[in-house]
Parts: sequence; C-alpha cells; structure tokens
Amino acid sequence: MARRAVVLAALLLASPAAASPRTSAVIGMSVEPTGLDPTVAAPVAIGQVTWQNVYQGLVRLDRRGAVQPQLATGWTVSPDGLAYTFSLRTGVRFHDGEVFDAASAKFTLDRARGPASTNPQKQFFSVIDAVEAPDPATLVVRLKQPSANLLYWLGWPASVMLAPNSADADRTDPVGTGPFKVARWVKGDRVELVRDPGYWDAAHAPALEAATFRFVGDAQAQATALRAGGLDAVPELSAPELFADFKADPRFEAVAGDTELKVVAGMNGAKPPFDDVRVRRALMMAVDRRALVDAVSSGFGTPIGSHYAPDDPGFLDLTGALPYDPAKARALLAEASHPDGLSFAIRVPQMGYATRSAEILQAMFADVGVTMTILPTEFPAAWIADVFKKHDFDMTIVAHAEPLDIAIYARPDYYFGFRNSAFDAAVAAAERAPDPAARNAAYGTAQRILAADVPALYLYAIPKLGVWTAGLRGLWTDEPIPSNDLTEVRWDE
Amino acid sequence: MNRRLAIGLAVTGALVAVALLSLAWTPEPPTRLHIPFKLRPPLAGGLPAGLGLLGTDNFGRDVLSMTMAGAWTSLLVALPSVALGGAAGTALGLAAAARGGWFDAAAMRACDVVFAVPPILSALLLGTLLGPGRGTAVAAIALFLVPVFARVARGGARRVWTADYVLAARAMGRGAFGIAWRNVLPNIAGLLVVQASIQLGLAVLTEAGLGYIGLGAPPPTPSWGRMLADAQTFLGPAPWLAIVPGAAVALAVLGFNMLGDGLRDRVDRRGPAP
Repeated sequence: MARRAVVLAALLLASPAAASPRTSAVIGMSVEPTGLDPTVAAPVAIGQVTWQNVYQGLVRLDRRGAVQPQLATGWTVSPDGLAYTFSLRTGVRFHDGEVFDAASAKFTLDRARGPASTNPQKQFFSVIDAVEAPDPATLVVRLKQPSANLLYWLGWPASVMLAPNSADADRTDPVGTGPFKVARWVKGDRVELVRDPGYWDAAHAPALEAATFRFVGDAQAQATALRAGGLDAVPELSAPELFADFKADPRFEAVAGDTELKVVAGMNGAKPPFDDVRVRRALMMAVDRRALVDAVSSGFGTPIGSHYAPDDPGFLDLTGALPYDPAKARALLAEASHPDGLSFAIRVPQMGYATRSAEILQAMFADVGVTMTILPTEFPAAWIADVFKKHDFDMTIVAHAEPLDIAIYARPDYYFGFRNSAFDAAVAAAERAPDPAARNAAYGTAQRILAADVPALYLYAIPKLGVWTAGLRGLWTDEPIPSNDLTEVRWDE
Repeated sequence: MNRRLAIGLAVTGALVAVALLSLAWTPEPPTRLHIPFKLRPPLAGGLPAGLGLLGTDNFGRDVLSMTMAGAWTSLLVALPSVALGGAAGTALGLAAAARGGWFDAAAMRACDVVFAVPPILSALLLGTLLGPGRGTAVAAIALFLVPVFARVARGGARRVWTADYVLAARAMGRGAFGIAWRNVLPNIAGLLVVQASIQLGLAVLTEAGLGYIGLGAPPPTPSWGRMLADAQTFLGPAPWLAIVPGAAVALAVLGFNMLGDGLRDRVDRRGPAP
C-alpha cells in the first residue's frame, strides 16, 4: 500500500507544472522531519531542512567540516581553556524583527542545558558552568573543564541560535536568523522556504529566491521525479544501484561524497552470548566488509573498523584489527563454548541499507554456523522503544548519523550495554584535551578499544550519493554533518 | 477432459512438482551468495556451473533456485490458508443454511463486514499484532477466504435443503447437523472444490503481495513477493530480477484459475462456462 502511494506521489511530482523558474530549486529528501526545531528533537532530517537555511549558530561548519565564524565574528579562549569570550555580530535580526544579541545567545545556551531541555545533544552543553552577557556584543561561556570540541559542537544544528520570544513555537513555526524563512509546511509532502528580504547579511544573500524540500521515501520514485524534472536534486539518493545511470546521463551531476553515517550492527553486550567478547570477535571475523559493501551498496561506501568515519579527526583505519577469517571465527566460537554455532535474532529497521546488510550478514554468519533470524522493526518508533529504550534485542543494525559520536559508548545506559573504563577514560581525555593533537591521540585510543572489543560490528560508512540536474551549483558534495545548506546554491546563467 | 482442465492440471502439477523438487534439489542453494558474480543476466558465461541460468540477483544469488524455492514458500502459505479458510467458511455457510433465521442473517452480515476490508489491509493489521511471517500470511488469507466459502456453501446448501431426499431424511428424524454433514456437504463438494482451486490462485497472488510489502516469510526464506520488491530499483539494469518471479506468479495464478474453470465445466450440470 505504502509503495503504491509512493508511486502515485512520483507521478504527481512528475507533472510538467512543476518545471521551475531558475531562481528556485526543489530538493528531494527520503525522510520528513518530525518538527522544525533542531534544538529539541533528534531526527537529523530536522537539521537537514533548517540548518544554515533557517537557523544559524554562533559558529558554523563549512562543507569540509571546519569551524567558521557565523553570528560570532571571533572568540578568545582563556589560557586555562575554561572561558570562551565571543564577539557577536551586531545588526543581526531574526525573521520576526527581533534583534539578536548576547541576551538571545545566553537564552539559547541556557535553554539547551537547562533541566527541561530535550536537546538531542544535551551532553555538549553539560561542560558549561555559566553563560554571561556582559554587553550586547559579548558572550562569555565558562566551562567546568576544558573542552576541545566546544567550538565544533557549537557549529551543530543542535546549537543554533533562537529568539526568546519565539523559541517555544519553533517546532512548527521556525524563527531564526538564516537567509530563508519557512513559508509553508505541507505535512507529508513538503516544506517551502522563501528568501528573507530582511536578511542581515545582504552582501551574502543566497541566489535562490525560494526552495522546496519534498519528501519522497522511495528511491525509485526519487529517480523518476528527478528525470521528469519534479525534483532538481536528491542530495542523498537511497538506492546506490540507481546512481550509475545518473552518472552516465549528461543531464545530471552525480557525485559520490563522504558522510558521517556509520552502519553498525550493535549487540546487546549486557546479556549472553554477547557479553563474551570472543563471540563478538567471532561474528566480526565472519563478515567480509568489502563484499558486503559491494552487495549492499554497489561498492559505494568505505569499510570501517570502529565507530569512526573516515572524515572524523584522527581517523584510524582499523578494518585489519579483526579481519575476515571464517575459520578463525569458527575456532573462536568453539572456544567460547559454542562449537555448534549459535542462534539469535537481529532487529532490522526498514531502510534499504539495513535490510540488505542484514541479509548479507545472515548469509555470512551461516557460513560459520550461526543462525540469525531477521525481525523487521519499524524505525524510528518501534526501534526507539524496543532497542534504544527497553534494550529488548540481541543484535540490531542502524546507521549512526552524527559526526564524532564515539562517546556514545561511554554512556552507561546506551543500548550496546558496553562498559569499559579504559574507553571511558580515553573519551574523557579526548574531550578535555587542550589541543587537537592530544585530542586525536585520545580518540585513537578509543577507536582501538572499540575495534578490539567490538561492542558492535563495524561495517561501513555510507557514501553521500548526490544527484542533481546539470547546471545547479553549490550543493555540498560531502556531508561533514547531516545538512542541506542551500545558501550557496545557484543555477548556471 | 476439456482443454482448460488439461492446461490447469499441467501448470499446477508442474508448480507442485517444482516446489517439491526444490526441497531436494536446486541448481544452487537458494540463499548462497556469490557477490563477485552479482547481477549477471540469464545464460551469461563465465559463472560457476549451475549458477545463473536465469541470472543472478544483487547479492549474486541464483534467480532460478530462488524462484524454485519460492514456489514451495508460496504453496506453503496458499494451501493451508485455503484449507483453513475453506473449512471455516464451509462450516459457517452450512450452519447458516441449516439454521436460517437470525443466525443466517448475522453470519451473512458478518461476512459482508470481512468482505468490506481488503485482504492486504487485514494482513497489515494482523502483521502489526502477530509480527510478520508465514503464520501471519496464512491467517490473513484464511480470514479473507472465510466469507468467500461461507457464501458459496450457503448458496449451494440452501438449494439442497429444499430437495426431497432432505425432506425424507428429516422425516426419518435425522438432525440438522447430520443432514448438513451426510446429505448437504457431499452434494456441494464439487462447488467447493472449484472454489478452492480458484481461491488457491488468489492466495498465491496475495502471498506475493504480502511478501512484497514485507509481511511474508522473513529472509532468508525465498519468496516471490520479496524478490519482486527487491527487484524494483534494478528494473533498468537487471529486468530479469522482476520478470522471472513475476512470470512465476502469473503462471501459478493462471494455472489455478484454469484448473478451477475446467473443474467447474465438469461439476456444474448447467453446462460449460461461456
């Protein structure tokens, strides 16, 4: 039924009436956001619509993932690393005319770290001891301990600046300082943005006057709509097998870039048999990651050896730590007193990469005598309830979208049920590190621990398979953070 | 034997034979991956012997072997669901005809209610309650078939109930249950068999539909419906992935329908269908 609806949607999208004037663009996304305020809910689709387009932060991440000034023009850090003093831009107004100043910045940070906060990255702000606004153009953030990642975190969608008057309504009626305003949200179909004529940075106003995000869940329908002109771009095509056709078609640009999405098969380390590291290692050694990427994703994607994407700072290629070796896997299972193999179930969300990877894992495990049953689990609702909250699972598979999120393994109640004090210490050291070199070294230790202990099977980093109509310029080709920054997008003359 | 019956018997016989054969032998194990040989078209050279007679899929599995094994999966859902739904529906129809009155009316209105809900929708509901799998598919299809058989059985039974031999049986003091079992059922058995073979075709189709939307037997069990769903994004580069299981479904449905039509020609004394 759902698929039929999707096909219908594709036909509607394909109607010639959608042919756009060249100052607007229609962007296709697979998943509709659940709200439009990235500071109160986790789904990455929220930031993919609003970040940089509608909302801006004190700082931003550029298309390479580097921190750049935005609403803060500069900052100084005290020698002990405990006080950050930001100089704020003046003359910035929110869409509703409210002025952005140190008071709104203090409000935003206090709201994100307050007791009632539902910010999806609340832990980012837990290092903040106090936020002060000595004058409208100066913001002082005092920390409990040094934090090497603070500026990076402040560039995330979860850290965007909101106005005190409108913040509570941002879920449905977003008000930010960005170059676009939300004109209309047609639930189940699209979000329409229009350029804000009063945008504070007129010199850098975007070329697009309007942009529409359309939500098309089915990859085939996305491809059909692209060809028919109903969509101008699909920044993340969800079916890699359709990508090659677009690459060969001169009417389209098709660019394979990097993302931070790590496909990992998490195991419930709190219960047998996964509390035995030998079992986890055996399962990891039963997996031929390269072959898996070939089969699941037409060869697009980078095998990974720990919970770390190739673009994260201090990345180590640890795929050799537990390489594909079925004989060794069998031996390890026998040593862990499962000489006749074992049986368990995997909870699999409906996304294509997950169902396909699960089928491949099932076949690879069968080769070492392990029987894995596939339990389809609807994502996000059922998955969040059963796996994430109740920890009622043996194994699951999901792509972790956030960049540099290795610290989730240090959270005591996280779904992997992984406890390792050396790992916790490494992550704490990385986050407290005074400089990038020390931070990367500590993250290296953390990566090695995960690669050896495998609380989850580390499979591959999903590529960003972007497809757009030839002549559309300025979309990001890599994805250092889940986003669709439209501020530099324009059509060729 | 008429032509329809002959074709129907041949096609369904072949289907059952292939399904049984797949239990003992397929060219390749249907779930074995050959990732280096993925997406090869039918009869492509350079593959290991036995692999890829009808092409390989995106994981390098043998399409012919999967389709053969899918026949068994399909029958394993279609046969029990028609048996269950048929038995329950026939019992309900016989009882409605025997009791008449308010029971008849209530049973037939209940059938209308079940009829009003498309089988896929009731399967979605059951899938949510029971979780996807073979049992869900059987239950969903059987549920849908109950009113189909109830109506056929009731219609036939009401005609039989007016016959003189039934009157005679009643005069001899035989109870309603006994009459329904000994006198009515044998006389409507032909109708039911015709209905069963037609509904088998529908059950095969519905099983494929459920597999397509992810409510059939879970992987690795090969299923025509899931093969079709997986083939969707490969229609351009690898059309055989959709054509082979699609043709299998079409043939199976055709076979059961021909069989049903042919049987009706023999059973129905009013002469062959136009």
